[in-house]
Amino acid sequence: MPVANVALNQALLLAAVLFTLGLLGLLVRRNVIMMLVSLEIMLNAAGLAFVVAGSRWQQADGQIMFILILSLAAAEVAVGLALALQFYHRFHTLDADAASELRG
Amino acid sequence: MNATFYVASIVAVLTTMLVITRTHVVHALLYLVVSLLALALVFYTLGAPFAAALEVIVYAGAIVVLFVFVVMMLNLGSQSAHRERRWMTPATWLGPGLFSAVLLGELIYSLYVGLPGREGVNVVPSRLVGMTLFGPYVLAVELASMLLLAGLVGAYHLGRREHLQH
Repeated sequence: MPVANVALNQALLLAAVLFTLGLLGLLVRRNVIMMLVSLEIMLNAAGLAFVVAGSRWQQADGQIMFILILSLAAAEVAVGLALALQFYHRFHTLDADAASELRG
Repeated sequence: MNATFYVASIVAVLTTMLVITRTHVVHALLYLVVSLLALALVFYTLGAPFAAALEVIVYAGAIVVLFVFVVMMLNLGSQSAHRERRWMTPATWLGPGLFSAVLLGELIYSLYVGLPGREGVNVVPSRLVGMTLFGPYVLAVELASMLLLAGLVGAYHLGRREHLQH
């Protein structure tokens, strides 16, 4: 199936590009909420890779892994946003560098 | 199918680049919604309609709404109406609106011209996904539910207001 193979390569490339963009955003941005958004982008790219693989071999496992990643992302964003709220109430900013108080 | 896939992935990459470069969180969230919708269209063209629906419902519908809620909670103030008026300038919504229009055009095109699944694309039906999910993967479903419960309890505990007085 040449069409599906081309789509497989291109879709994996898309997943890699999206993951790299999310990683770049996570490293560059210092806003806590934007860091969480970048984490979401990275998780989404990983789910895309699973869906691509499941679609290539016509198995449902890829989409099931996507559903599990989805629930992981939901739990992660709930806890992360609660942490962001606490962060803002404590430091009155969303700059992640403001929390560099952990010294050994 | 290929043209639909390429246009949707180009839209996804462009909007994701715009997400990580916006200085304003609400603008970034607008572009994030468009990026997730584009990725849903990519799932659809790859033959995963169930994943595409979940992407729209859970990611673009629930997770982004959580982000928006937190942004609105953090921006409580007397000048919020003025700020909201300032956010709704055409320069704000023109970019996401244009990308969404491209995606809508693609969706209408694929609805009227051709569904994926006829040109060598393996469509995994949602019935198979459901039967596999509650067949061999039922333990993973239970683990995911426990993870969601832990996330709920953790978010409730962290979000309490009296926790931050000391």
